[in-house]
Amino acid sequence: MTAPADILSWLVWLPIAAGLAVLLLGDRRIAIGRWVALGATLAVLALCLPLWRAFDASTPALQFVERKPWIGVISAWYYLGIDGIALPLIVLTAFTTPLVVIAAWSNIEKRPSQYFAAFLVMEGLMIGVFAAADALLFYVLWEAMLIPMFLIIGIWGGVRRVYATIKFFLYTFLGSVLMLVALVWLYLQGGSYEIAELQRMPIGMTAQVLIFLAFFAAFAVKVPMWPVHTWLPDAHVEAPTGGSVILAAIMLKMGGYGFLRFSLPITPDASRELDWLVITLSLVAIAYIGFVALAQRDMKKLIAYSSIAHMGFVTLGAFVAWDILATTGTFEGAGMGLDGAMVQMVSHGLVSGALFFCVGVLYDRLHTRDISAYGGVVNTMPVFGFFAVLFAMANAGLPGTSGFVGEFLVIVASFRANFWYAFVAALTLILGAAYTLWLVKRVVWGEVANDGVASLKDLNAREFIVLASLAIAVLALGVWPAPLLDVMRPAIEQLVGQLTVSKL
Amino acid sequence: MEATPMLLSIADVMPAAAEIFVAAAACVLLLVDALGGTRVRGIVFILAIAALAGAAWVSSAVGATGRTVILGGHFVADPMGTVLKLFAYGAAAVTLLYSREYLERRGLLKGEYLVLALFAVLGIQVIVSAGSFLTLYLGIEIMSLSLYAMVAFDRDNGVAAESAMKYFVLGAIASGALLYGISILYGVTGSFLIDGVAFAVARGAVPEIGLLLGIAFIVVGVAFKFGAVPFHMWLPDVYHGAPTPVTLFVGSAPKIASFALAMRVLADGLGGAVDAWQGMLVVLAALSMAVGNVVAIAQNNIKRMLAYSTISHVGFILLGILAGNAAGYRAAMFYTLTYVIMTTAAFGVVLWYSRKGFEADALDDYKGLNRRHPWFACIMLIVMFGLAGVPPTVGFWAKLQVITAALDVRLTWLAAFAVLMSVIGAFYYLRIVKLMYFDEPTASATDASGFAMRLVLSLNGLAILVLGLFPGLLLRLCEHVLP
Repeated sequence: MTAPADILSWLVWLPIAAGLAVLLLGDRRIAIGRWVALGATLAVLALCLPLWRAFDASTPALQFVERKPWIGVISAWYYLGIDGIALPLIVLTAFTTPLVVIAAWSNIEKRPSQYFAAFLVMEGLMIGVFAAADALLFYVLWEAMLIPMFLIIGIWGGVRRVYATIKFFLYTFLGSVLMLVALVWLYLQGGSYEIAELQRMPIGMTAQVLIFLAFFAAFAVKVPMWPVHTWLPDAHVEAPTGGSVILAAIMLKMGGYGFLRFSLPITPDASRELDWLVITLSLVAIAYIGFVALAQRDMKKLIAYSSIAHMGFVTLGAFVAWDILATTGTFEGAGMGLDGAMVQMVSHGLVSGALFFCVGVLYDRLHTRDISAYGGVVNTMPVFGFFAVLFAMANAGLPGTSGFVGEFLVIVASFRANFWYAFVAALTLILGAAYTLWLVKRVVWGEVANDGVASLKDLNAREFIVLASLAIAVLALGVWPAPLLDVMRPAIEQLVGQLTVSKL
Repeated sequence: MEATPMLLSIADVMPAAAEIFVAAAACVLLLVDALGGTRVRGIVFILAIAALAGAAWVSSAVGATGRTVILGGHFVADPMGTVLKLFAYGAAAVTLLYSREYLERRGLLKGEYLVLALFAVLGIQVIVSAGSFLTLYLGIEIMSLSLYAMVAFDRDNGVAAESAMKYFVLGAIASGALLYGISILYGVTGSFLIDGVAFAVARGAVPEIGLLLGIAFIVVGVAFKFGAVPFHMWLPDVYHGAPTPVTLFVGSAPKIASFALAMRVLADGLGGAVDAWQGMLVVLAALSMAVGNVVAIAQNNIKRMLAYSTISHVGFILLGILAGNAAGYRAAMFYTLTYVIMTTAAFGVVLWYSRKGFEADALDDYKGLNRRHPWFACIMLIVMFGLAGVPPTVGFWAKLQVITAALDVRLTWLAAFAVLMSVIGAFYYLRIVKLMYFDEPTASATDASGFAMRLVLSLNGLAILVLGLFPGLLLRLCEHVLP
C-alpha cells in the first residue's frame, strides 16, 4: 500500500481547513458543521491507515518527507517527516479527535461552531508538532496550539475557567519562550533550524547545560512534572470534556515527545549530568502525587493528578539510561526504558482520555463532578459501569490492559539502574490501584446513593461508540503491544545510539 | 566651504520629489478647504487620501536603487527611506480611513485636520530622508508641531488640551536635548552632516568626552521621541487624552519616523561609536520592556493600556537597534513595520466599535464582543495575539528577529529578559481576549460603520495572520534595503 507523497501535509491542513469551514458555516448551520467536523476527523483517521501501512519500520530515517523553502532569509524550512516515535503519537491524535467530536455532538449549546472549529484546528496543529522536522516550524505549531486551547477552556469551561485558562496559557508560554531562546542560540551556532542538524551539532558543556535547562522549562511544564504541575489540575477541572481529553491524551504527550526529540539527542551530555534532577522529580511525581490523588474529592481532579503520576513514568523511563550504564556497564535495557516511556504515553493517552469521557458522561447527566454526589451508578447504568471499571483497571495498570505494559517496561528498566528507583516507581502499583479503585468503589459500586443517581439513564449510542472504541484500543494494546514496539524500535535504537556518543 | 551653485536643476531635486509633492498637496488642500467651505468636505477627504496615494506613486517612481545625496548632503534618498516612506503613507491613509466616521460623528472632520495630517507625513518624510542633523531637526519639528495641534484639535475637550500641553512641553524638552547633542557633536566633529560625523568618528579624531556627551544627549532625544523608559511620561497621557483617531495617528506613522531617526543618527552617523551608545540602549530597552509590560497590567482603559504596550514594544525595537549591526537594524525595521500594522489594526477596532457618545475605550466595553460581532472579535483576537508575539502571527517573527539580533551580539541575558517580559505582556493581551470571548456582553452596540472601513480593517487584521504564515516577503524586503 502506498501513501500519497504529501500525506503529512494533508494530515496537518485538512483539519485546519475543515475547522475554518465550520467556523464560516456558523452556529445556524451547525447541523452541516457537525458533519463537516466528523467527516474531516474521520478522513484524517482514515489517512492514518495508509500512513501506518506504508511506514517502513526497518529504518530510523524520517519518512514521508516534505521539504520546501519557507522563510529563506532565516533558513527555516517547511520540513515534515516522521519516524517511529512520531508515528504512534500522530495516530493517537487522529484516533482521539473524532471521539471528541462525537462526544460533543449535541452537548454543546454555547457557540457550537466555534467549539468544533477549535478542536479541528487543534488537531491539525498537534499533528504538525509531531511531524515537524524543522525546529522553528515545530515551535510555531507548538505555540499556536495554545490559542485554541486557551479559548476552549475559557469559553466552554467551568466556573473558574478564566483563572484556569490564563494560568494554563502563561505557564506553558513561559516554558516555551525559554526554549525559543535556546533554539535561536543553536541556530546562530549552526546556521540551521533542522532538528537532525541540531542533533548532530557539537556543543560545549556549559552551553549544553543551559540549553538543557531551557528545554526542560518548556517540556517539564508541558508534561507536567512536579513542581510545575499546578496548572494541570486547574485546567483539567475547568475544561469542557473534550478539552480535558485533548489535554490529557495529546498535549501532555508533547512534553514527553520534546524530551525524546530535543533534550536527549541535542544535549546528551547535559542530560547525563542532570539526569538525577529528572529522575528525582519523576519519582516525586509518582509517589507524592499518588498520595495527592488519593485525597481528591473531585473526579476530574483525581484523574488529573493521576495523569501527573503516570507521566512521571514517561520521564523516568526516558532518563534512566545513564544509571543503567553506571550500574551494569552497558546500555542494555536503556531501550526498554524508552520503549516503556513511549508505550506509557500512548496508553495514558487512551486511558486518561477514556476516564475523562466517563466523567463527562456523568457530568452531562447530573452536572457535578463531586465524588460524594454519586454512588451505586452501576445499578442504573450497567453498561457505563462496565466501561468505567475497565478503564479504572487500566489506569491502575492491570495486566492485559495497555496501562500495564508501559509501567512494567519502565519498572524493569529502572530496576537495572537502581533498586530504589524501581521500588519507588512500583509504589504506583499500590497507590494507583488505591485511588482508582477507591474512586470506582465510591462512584460505581454500592447502593444507589440519591435520587439523582436513581434517575440516571445508561449510555446512549454516541457515548457507547466513544467508550467502546477506546476500550478496544486499551485492550488491544495491553494484550498485543508488539506492533507498536516494532514500529518504534529503529527510532528508539537510534536514540540510544545518540545517548552513547558525547557531543562535547 | 566649497561654492555651491545658486540654481538647482530639476534633476538635482528629483529624489525629493515626494516631499515637494506632499508639501504642495497640503497647501492645495488648505486652499480648497478655505475656499470651498463645508460643501467640499467630502472632496477634501478624498483629496487627502489621493495626495498620499500620489506621494506613494512619486516615491516609487523616483525610488532610489542606491544611495543618492543631494542638496549639499542634507538630503539622502536610499532604498530604506523609500520603503519607510511607503509604509508611512500607507499607515497615514489607513488611519484617516478609520478616523473618518469617528470624526464626522463628532464634527471634527475639518480640512485643517487633514492638512495637519499631511504636514505630519511631510515631517516624517523629511526625517526619513535626512542627510544632516539640521534636516533631521527640521523634520522632527514639522512632524511634532502638526501632532501637537492634532492632539488639541477637539478644542472643547479639556483632557485633550491637557495632554496636548504635556506633549508639547515634553516634546520641546526632547527637541532641546537633541539640539544640545547635535551642537556638541558639531563642536567635536565640525560637521552637521551625518556622513561628516561618521567620517570624523571613523577617523578617530574626536575627543572622547565630547563625543560621549553628544551621544548621551542625542540618545535622550531619540528615547523621548520613541517613548522609551525613563523618557516615556508623555506617552500614556497623550494616548489616553487625545481623540482616538489622533491616538492612532500618533501611534502609527511617527513610529516609523522614530525608527528612521534612530537609524540616521545612531547607525549612519554614530555607527563607529556603537560601543558608546550600546550600553545606554541596553538600559533603555530593558527598562521599557519591564515598565511597559508591568504597568500595562494595571490599566482599565484600552488606549492607556495600548500606550504602555507601545512602550514595551519600543523596548523590543531598541533591542534590535542596539545590536549595532545590519542584522540588528533589519530586525528593528521589521519590528517597527509589523508593529505599525498591528497597532493600526488595534486602534482600528477601537474606532470601529466607538459610536457617538460611546468611546469604546474602557476595557469592559469589550465584554462579550464575540457574541455580538464574531468577525471583528476574531480580528481583535488576531491583533492581541500578534502584539503578544504568539505564532502564527507576524508579531512572533518580529520578536524572533530582535531576539536573534540580541543573541548574536552575545547579550544572552537581555534576550532571556526580553522573552520573560513578553510572558508578562501576554497577560494583558489575554485579558482583552478574555473579555471578548469569555464574558457576557453588557453594552449592545450595532455595527454602524461603512463598508470601506470594515473591508480595510478586515484586511489589516488578516495581514497580521498572513504575514505570520509567510513572513519571508517582508523579511526579504528588510534585507534588501539594509544589506
